[in-house]
Amino acid sequence: MSEPILRAEALGKNFGGLAAVRDVSLDLSPKQIHAVIGPNGAGKTTLINLLSGDLTPTTGRVFFRGIEIEGHALDRIARLGVARAYQRTNIFAGFSVFENCRLAAQARRQPGIRLFRPALAYRDINDAAGRAMALAGVESRATDRASDLSHGEQRQLELAMALATEPQVLLLDEPLAGMGPEEASRIAALIARLGADLAILLVEHDMDAVFNIAATITVMVDGAVLASGTPQAIRADAAVQAAYLGEAA
Amino acid sequence: MSARLRPALLGLGLIVLIALPLVAGKFGLDLAARIMIMAIFAMSLDLLVGFAGMVSLGHAAFFGVGAYALYLLSPQYGAASLLVSLPVAIAAAALAALVIGLLVLRSSGVYFIMVTLAFGEMFYYYATGARWLGGSDGAYVYQRPSAGPVDLGQGHAFYYLVLIALAATYALLRVILRAPFGHALRGIRSNEHRMRSLGFAAPRYKLLAFVIAGALAGLAGYFDAAQFGVVNPELFGWRLSGSVLMMVILGGMGTLDGAIIGAAVLVLLENFLGDLTTHWLLPMGLFIVAAVLLLPQGLTDPAALWRAMRERSRV
Ligand SMILES: Nc1ncnc2c1ncn2[C@@H]1O[C@H](COP(=O)(O)OP(=O)(O)O)[C@@H](O)[C@H]1O
Ligand SMILES: [Mg+2]
Repeated sequence: MSEPILRAEALGKNFGGLAAVRDVSLDLSPKQIHAVIGPNGAGKTTLINLLSGDLTPTTGRVFFRGIEIEGHALDRIARLGVARAYQRTNIFAGFSVFENCRLAAQARRQPGIRLFRPALAYRDINDAAGRAMALAGVESRATDRASDLSHGEQRQLELAMALATEPQVLLLDEPLAGMGPEEASRIAALIARLGADLAILLVEHDMDAVFNIAATITVMVDGAVLASGTPQAIRADAAVQAAYLGEAA
Repeated sequence: MSARLRPALLGLGLIVLIALPLVAGKFGLDLAARIMIMAIFAMSLDLLVGFAGMVSLGHAAFFGVGAYALYLLSPQYGAASLLVSLPVAIAAAALAALVIGLLVLRSSGVYFIMVTLAFGEMFYYYATGARWLGGSDGAYVYQRPSAGPVDLGQGHAFYYLVLIALAATYALLRVILRAPFGHALRGIRSNEHRMRSLGFAAPRYKLLAFVIAGALAGLAGYFDAAQFGVVNPELFGWRLSGSVLMMVILGGMGTLDGAIIGAAVLVLLENFLGDLTTHWLLPMGLFIVAAVLLLPQGLTDPAALWRAMRERSRV
């Protein structure tokens, strides 16, 4: 297995008295899909927030390619090549679908301040935005306002924006939730394909999708890791059966 | 406004302004120059309020810095060098905006409004007590600046320089708003958190917008001092900050043309209502509240006025 690109070491996050994440360690490696599953409130989103820099950990450390990421570093982590798709859709509602993706591509390709050339004259940025829209299946809505999209389409746009930043690491928080079955299986197949190149952290409730495409699965309950391993190992794990899969199935 | 109508109207407006000295007398030209100066000021604030989503109630601070810079650079009874004083005034305002921006940009929303207001008032109170700035009475700028054959005190030189500055300000803002910088500012206004999560160092973008806006406000203040030949602490104060904010809101936030129209309407109102009563702020305030309620898009979108009235009559 190759060197991990993103590594969480004993991460913890407290909200007041509540330990939302407790002593969680995990590695994300290139060309691998690492799924994190667990019941609602298990701390999955909080874990992603700690990796993306949306939240600062109470305890523990995060490393990118072996170098510790310190401080409140949301935009710095993004510029390293860590992209995030939010569970609660987080888009520019008043902008066109294209502009949503174009801004994402601009963040990657021209993160510095560019004052003079027209934004639309940066063809590489337009092209990156176009590719991301096509991948996520929203290119037919390119000129529509993001707020006019259906809930499922907005989920696709959320993913398209993450892709438009051409990341090395993708943090996906329930990307399939809210999509129709057809779109969901299409997007699951897309995530599987992206997994051939990128390091992906996939939080998802769709167990069929998770067990099909993940190389590693971590099960979280009450903020802590209950078990971690291959899909086969997780399926066979008695504790997981009892705590989680048993109820869900 | 339609995509074809706007350039046509802009061109027409420019031609009218160029030709105005042929037909208008001193009163008309002074009024037009006053409108253009306020339009520069309003556009500079619109960059913050209308595009970056930063509602500043202390923008006059930088206007005042530009004005006082001309006073400080003018010899006692002589004319300042235009080529020195103009860039220095702009740079001084930019520097003030850089320092204040570093302090105020940590806050946002209502806090940002209050903190910018507080800084403007700090400048105001400092100026009222500062001997070297003429204290609360202010000071005179006895002659308009000049540079070789160009003497802003002679003929229509001042009027035309202000017109050039207006056109240049408009063009500069158009360019940067169309560039990736402008797109990023709109993104920050719409959803700053998402911009950061995409990788934009949002605070830097906001700081640069604040500095550019401050520099252009300084340019406007410089011309104001040159036009009236006097500076006083009011130039830093909240009344002026409030007036320019009204211009921006009245014209429709986020449209440069709107800022120009808002400036024209407010300067004209101030001029004519101001003759009727020294307490022109009240009728003007009422007018503005009505305008803002009826025209969320400002005066640049008359269709919205019609829609708003119809909707109101239905309720
Ligand atoms: N910002 C917050 N403030 C307080 N409590 C929070 C916050 N975010 C999450 N929590 C709590 O932390 C726990 C884990 O939440 P979350 O990470 O969203 O779980 P999951 O994504 O696995 O459903 C929940 O009990 C939730 O209520
Ligand atoms: Mg969640």
